[in-house]
Amino acid sequence: MFLAFFLALRAAGVKASLREFLTLQEAMLQGLAGFDVEHFYYLARAALVKDERFLDKFDAVFAEHFKGVLQPRPEAPDEVAPIELPRDWLEKLAERLLSDEEKAQIEALGGFEKLMETLRQRLEAQQGRHQGGNKWIGTAGTSPFGAHGYNPEGVRIGQQGSRHKSAVKVWDKREFRNLAGDAELGTRNMKIALRRLRRFAREGAAEELDLAGTIRSTARNAGYLDLQMVPERHNAVKLLLLLDIGGSMDEHVHLCEQLFTAASSEFKHLKHLYFHNCPYEMLWKDARMRAADAIPTLDVLHTYDHTWKLVFVGDAAMSPYELISPGGAVSSWNQETGKTWLTRILHAYPKAVWINPVPENLWQHTQTTRLIAELMERRMYGLTLEGLDQAMRSLMQ
Amino acid sequence: MRFEGTDSFVATEDLKVAVNAAVALERPLLIKGEPGTGKTVLAQEIAKALHKPLISWHVKSTTKAQQGLYEYDAVSRLRDSQLGDARVHDIANYIIRGKLWDAFAADSAPVLLIDEIDKADIEFPNDLLLELDRMEFFVYETRQTVKAKQRPIIVITSNNEKELPDAFLRRCFFHYIKFPDRETMQRIVDVHYPGISRLLLSEALTSFFELRELPGLKKRPSTSEFLDWLKLLLAEEIGPELLRERSAAKLIPPLHGALLKNEQDVHLFERIAFMARRG
Repeated sequence: MFLAFFLALRAAGVKASLREFLTLQEAMLQGLAGFDVEHFYYLARAALVKDERFLDKFDAVFAEHFKGVLQPRPEAPDEVAPIELPRDWLEKLAERLLSDEEKAQIEALGGFEKLMETLRQRLEAQQGRHQGGNKWIGTAGTSPFGAHGYNPEGVRIGQQGSRHKSAVKVWDKREFRNLAGDAELGTRNMKIALRRLRRFAREGAAEELDLAGTIRSTARNAGYLDLQMVPERHNAVKLLLLLDIGGSMDEHVHLCEQLFTAASSEFKHLKHLYFHNCPYEMLWKDARMRAADAIPTLDVLHTYDHTWKLVFVGDAAMSPYELISPGGAVSSWNQETGKTWLTRILHAYPKAVWINPVPENLWQHTQTTRLIAELMERRMYGLTLEGLDQAMRSLMQ
Repeated sequence: MRFEGTDSFVATEDLKVAVNAAVALERPLLIKGEPGTGKTVLAQEIAKALHKPLISWHVKSTTKAQQGLYEYDAVSRLRDSQLGDARVHDIANYIIRGKLWDAFAADSAPVLLIDEIDKADIEFPNDLLLELDRMEFFVYETRQTVKAKQRPIIVITSNNEKELPDAFLRRCFFHYIKFPDRETMQRIVDVHYPGISRLLLSEALTSFFELRELPGLKKRPSTSEFLDWLKLLLAEEIGPELLRERSAAKLIPPLHGALLKNEQDVHLFERIAFMARRG
């Protein structure tokens, strides 16, 4: 019963096990779903999906598998114009758009700032035309971005009103879309992801009472108290963080800041250095990259041994010359190519990953991103919860 | 014996199905959802609706799985032995029952709430696998096996701070409490404040959902915060007119401190309100 549905779920990446499938069968036999397809949907969801990130996938598979029940609802026309344009709001709005695959086309428009400006202008124009709108956060129609052919369906903010409820099947509403995967990345979430990278060890001065040891040696000592001390347990992982700064990284600066905040409170041994686009013979201790703060890369390689784990944070997007030809660097004259330096660094640190804040589906569009991913032996991960998680696993292997 | 919600708790259809499935198949029910959507309250309401006692086990970061089963109080036994107390000869006197033992030993199957399981160590759920599966455990000190007389109804809540192990998840039913829509919210309010004026509620709901949908909010207000806010509105005798006025000139709803708990959010909101006033 519903075996094909179960297999389709697994094919779609919902990790439902045989045991859970049997649970569903058991529940069906007990008549828990009744003869209502909606109840069956709820029951199957409760039995097969154990993580809210998969709820949306489940809905999609369910809709696909049991389609013919109802056609999906066409997008409701958006009618209300937005009026205010605070930066946070705009950024959020733009983020939602830009994370889509259209991002590649942004380059043509002149980058993020330019796009924000365009968006601002469009929205202002929109305000003039829809003076009567009384909702201060509206839903932008197709017009703001229709002109650029970005999003033919328009920007949809917030949720649809419940007035549409009766027309749509529950699973077609795809209410859990927001929960899918890697939407919200806060410092706290990152910390949890980084926590995978823990290797506890007792090192240093003995300053904690070893209770078990004390009891053992007291017993051996015929009941005379014999205190035993041990060093405090802490995370012994050593992390070298190399951050790309400036240029195309500007738009990711907020995300990288959060990552840095999370990392600096998670690791006791953390060293961070900066580079621009690609690491060459110099690295910087400060994000302003003044000459006084520069240290030779070779010194770094000699100071921190191979037990340090290396994490690059950067978009890996640059002109190919910066990577493969001598003297291609934008900031200074480099004797050796970026590729040589990268290989040298990777040779020094066998445990290394590259974390890329650019959405993963866009990597293939940039030549240098592909090249660097190859150099990293595919150990390039997105700056998402999932990506961080995979990166940390890779470092722990 | 079916769970249909209670007069103080509005259960959506999908929640009822999940609860009834978990009760019928005697599997634990794992509840997740935004903070303030009534995860913990659910267990209390299930107990109330099914007329069963509730045993709550609130998990903290220091909680060990063993504490839910039993603890051996070696220190008081040591003290008693030095005082020459007769109790000392029976080790069972120093076995302290945990919540799980209480639940297993109850004469009628209780509802056992394991609250915020994600707060504990990553291994915590794994340590309880066998106990929750077979509903029995072994007490080493007294060589006795504790077996559940009736399988308790187990409700587990999680705030997603840690991932739960797959083996644990496979044994549970799962329900994600999504944020209530306007209709459900109205029903929830009706349950809590039966006599509230329609007009005030309607205006308050509009304000609240607009606020929630504001992009860029760091922490979106939840159901429980909305209920607190309504209580405040009622206490301060703020009428619907004042709430509606907001849409015209004043954008910040009165007493917004009950809804926005984050400084940056309040700031963002004030700026938007300011711009709207000019516009």
